[in-house]
Amino acid sequence: MLINHPLLGPRDAAEFVVKGDAALIGRPDGMTASPQEMHDYAYLRDNPAGTHRELWYHEQGDRSWLVVTRDTLTHEVLDVALARDVARAEGRSR
Amino acid sequence: MRLSGGLIDRGQTLKFRWNDTWLKGHAGDTLASALVANDVKLVGRSFKYHRPRGIFSAGAEEPNALVQLRKGAAQEPNTRATVAELYEGLTATSQNHRGSLAWDLMSANDLLSPFLSAGFYYKTFMWPRAFWEKIYEPVIRASAGLGSLSGKADPDLYDHGYLHCDLLVIGAGPAGLTAARTAAQSGLRVIIADEDFLPGGRLNSETYEVDGQDGPGWAAATASELQGMDNVRLMTRTTVYGSFDSGVYGALERMTDHLADSGSKPRQVLWRIYAKRALLAAGATERSIAFGNNDRPGLMLSGAVRTYANRFAASPGQRVAVFTNNDDGWRTAQDLTAKGVTIAALIDTRADAPDSDDFRVYKGRAVADTKGRRGLKSITLENGTQVECDALAIAGGWSPNVHLTCHHRGRPVWREDIAAFVPGTDLPPGMSVAGAANGAMTLAAALKSGHEAARTIASDLGHAARGTLPQASDEQFAITPFWHVKSSKARAWVDLQNDVTTKDIKQSHTEGFRAVEHLKRYTTLGMATDQGKTSNVLGLAIMAEASGKSIPETGTTIFRPPYTPVPIGALAGRARGKDFRPFRLTPSHKWAKENGADFVETGMWLRAQWFKRPGEKGWRDSVDREVEMTRSGVGICDVTTLGKIDIQGRDAAEFLNRIYANPFAKVPVGKVRYGLMLREDGVCYDDGTTARLSENHFVMTTTTANAVTVFRNMEFARQCLWPDLDVHLISTTDGWAQFAVAGPKSRALLQKVVDIDLSNEAFPFMACGECKAFGTPARLFRISFSGELAYEIAVPARYGDSMIRALMQAGEEFDAVPYGTEALGVMRIEKGHAAGNELTGQTTAHQLGMGKMVSLKKDAIGTVLSQRPEMIRDDDLRLVGFKPVDKGAKLDAGAHFLTKGDPEDMAHDQGWMTSVAYSPELGHSIGLGYLKRGADRMGEVVRAYDPVRGKDTAVEVCSAHHIDPEGERQRG
Repeated sequence: MLINHPLLGPRDAAEFVVKGDAALIGRPDGMTASPQEMHDYAYLRDNPAGTHRELWYHEQGDRSWLVVTRDTLTHEVLDVALARDVARAEGRSR
Repeated sequence: MRLSGGLIDRGQTLKFRWNDTWLKGHAGDTLASALVANDVKLVGRSFKYHRPRGIFSAGAEEPNALVQLRKGAAQEPNTRATVAELYEGLTATSQNHRGSLAWDLMSANDLLSPFLSAGFYYKTFMWPRAFWEKIYEPVIRASAGLGSLSGKADPDLYDHGYLHCDLLVIGAGPAGLTAARTAAQSGLRVIIADEDFLPGGRLNSETYEVDGQDGPGWAAATASELQGMDNVRLMTRTTVYGSFDSGVYGALERMTDHLADSGSKPRQVLWRIYAKRALLAAGATERSIAFGNNDRPGLMLSGAVRTYANRFAASPGQRVAVFTNNDDGWRTAQDLTAKGVTIAALIDTRADAPDSDDFRVYKGRAVADTKGRRGLKSITLENGTQVECDALAIAGGWSPNVHLTCHHRGRPVWREDIAAFVPGTDLPPGMSVAGAANGAMTLAAALKSGHEAARTIASDLGHAARGTLPQASDEQFAITPFWHVKSSKARAWVDLQNDVTTKDIKQSHTEGFRAVEHLKRYTTLGMATDQGKTSNVLGLAIMAEASGKSIPETGTTIFRPPYTPVPIGALAGRARGKDFRPFRLTPSHKWAKENGADFVETGMWLRAQWFKRPGEKGWRDSVDREVEMTRSGVGICDVTTLGKIDIQGRDAAEFLNRIYANPFAKVPVGKVRYGLMLREDGVCYDDGTTARLSENHFVMTTTTANAVTVFRNMEFARQCLWPDLDVHLISTTDGWAQFAVAGPKSRALLQKVVDIDLSNEAFPFMACGECKAFGTPARLFRISFSGELAYEIAVPARYGDSMIRALMQAGEEFDAVPYGTEALGVMRIEKGHAAGNELTGQTTAHQLGMGKMVSLKKDAIGTVLSQRPEMIRDDDLRLVGFKPVDKGAKLDAGAHFLTKGDPEDMAHDQGWMTSVAYSPELGHSIGLGYLKRGADRMGEVVRAYDPVRGKDTAVEVCSAHHIDPEGERQRG
């Protein structure tokens, strides 16, 4: 599988480590989150048959975390973005 | 027997050895064609019934002629003789028989066949249970498999390679060659691969003409034209075995299999081909017809008979009969007649078949049985007519090689007009199909489809399509499906390789295994090296008939890579032995080797385990000495392997405060702090020390094992959780050589080395700073894993070797001793520090006795979930120390604790011993372990119960800090 890295172009998936559901970007604030919210964040993942947003880490490359939108049935990569940009767009900052 | 003509080089005679006989062939022969030419009929024994078998095909689909090639360490079992190129001195032996090939003792299995039918294993080896390990398994193992391995290391080299192209053409038959030429002329970068050593595909087996040239001549000229083009790579002896994601194809190139000796070259190369587009032009494979005793030596696929006659100038018999349900069988009879071989009869299942002046034709007839134990003698038709012949060509129709179109779970579709499955519409992205693989079963049609497919691809990729269509005519191609001869009384084989008969398939249906995937697993139809290339369609046609369904309703099994077997050696490539996972060497490795170190693998590193000195009898002698000399004087240990992460930025302190569970925001500059790292689920997964070198600059250490994971998780936090914190990370594990200098004399030693004041006032416990050591920029940390007065000194890695030598020299006057990982482990157990044995992936801070360190005043990874009620229970496990009541007793890690008087069962389990060591200072064995309510049970004697080793030791619960519990030494 090839992942079209936003900075480096198409790279082989073997260079990456996959972490799974990109919802992990949405970590609740530990000072205000209820244990239940933090539990759901830590344990509950979507694993759809079809389009899925996933976190991939370019460990054998530039160490970017990427959000890869992928069809889990066909392995077609539909979109790739820097996770940092996605996180900012989702309102994360400091 | 040898015929005239052919594409072999009669000027080059090659001697080869078949079992005990030396035979002759020619350059251009395969092992199979040379055996055919030498009239060798019996080449192997079948898998289950040990039936005599002969060569059945002329290609990769071969189910019968599996042989052991070469000798000694290079011996290779289950090689298909049909694709093994002949070379001078080739040695091949038949397999799967006890005693000689002709008199196989295991052929008694054939008499037992009524008991060995479908599902035999599942029904027979079920009971009694006690028979499993002692009787059934050895018997199954002894009879399983075909050839045997040499048992020696593979002496050959294998390699991996990577290629890129616009278009990958799979198959160099008429469609593939035309497509490659058209695409290349249109300016595409083309790779064309074929499993054969001679490009041309079926053109080399037939008597067709293309562009006014004979087929093989046109193929050779086109291949040579392609080879001369800069934008084409023509790869022969290369099987494209799989279609993977994103247009990646796997290909196996056999570089030296056709040579007696590889020299120093790789025997095979596994290519990963990145192709913008792929064109599958893999042709088609002929299939058999099921009738009584249709497995004897001398029965061969009709197209294969033509291949042997036309390409290899060899005939499988003197009197050949043909059994066909289509026009293709006629071609075999005509070609053989032209070559002077007698056609005993042509049996066509179609009542409306034509007539012939050259040979006897039986229309609307079928072969019901055959005779000849080790070679065909005659065939018997349904009506009882007997025809004497020594070979029978079977033409059951052709199945397009759709395999690669299905590797992304595509489903082939049935085409009634050619009675075959063709690729469906759900092809792997970027793939198209041409020629017979796509159901274009005749020559002109195949050429046209290849040419047009290439033009379409060229246009799609933005090139102006060029090239001309080669001219040829279409041969007759009509088929009336005919699968098996129902009147046959004798067993009729469907899958020759797995000994599956029509009866097995009907039985599978009767017993309810009707889905094709169940049929495959229950009967083993289509398994093993040939994956049913000649038998699958036949098998499922019979299943369809039994279940009253159509063939498309019955469907096919899923095709998965590889198309043909790929040796494990090729998949491994260079990654074997030590190269499978290369070691990382510490900066002091060379010095340690010079000084008698034994080494041990820790994570990816090779570390000194201990340094043996003359007179020491076992490892314990060395380790005890290293510990004693360190605790009484000074010891030096290479600790470079600990992960090091350089953390810089205005928000570095804030970032660390969120990574570590304990407070980190206010670590003073010039100080080191111990840090405990949790996963988001609240479980402890790593610990280490982090030094603040300046306001915005920290250096973290992680455990050796977790260096990579910790860094990955910190990058995740930095990029994904808090993207605007001003912090940057870099792994410097390999950048700095680091040495622990430990023991009461460590200060005196290091004061000779560094240019800063090391007095307790100027550089107290947990201080850190930058300095110069022997004039080299260095970092000094006053941290202690051993519990002694200790330091760790780091210098740029390139000075590591000089540093260990200089340190040891400076330490001579203090009797400084190098110590290895074993002494390091003893001292950390004496001191009660948790390590890998204690961090189990379920460990909580409370269990480590560090519950109070977890700060609830901040949001760090894992804090919230670490406070779940079950994880902070007071009556949970606690890490404590243990010492034997009988001081002579040796403790064992893994023993479980039991309260005295309790029964030995899991309900009364009180915890387990995690680490043990012999403490030279205390003079007895000591341990660390988790004990329920351990902190409240100091002084209690419990049982360390170890049923695995048959031991039961009384141990006293004590502090995990066996030595210097107040920590006075490290602060001194």
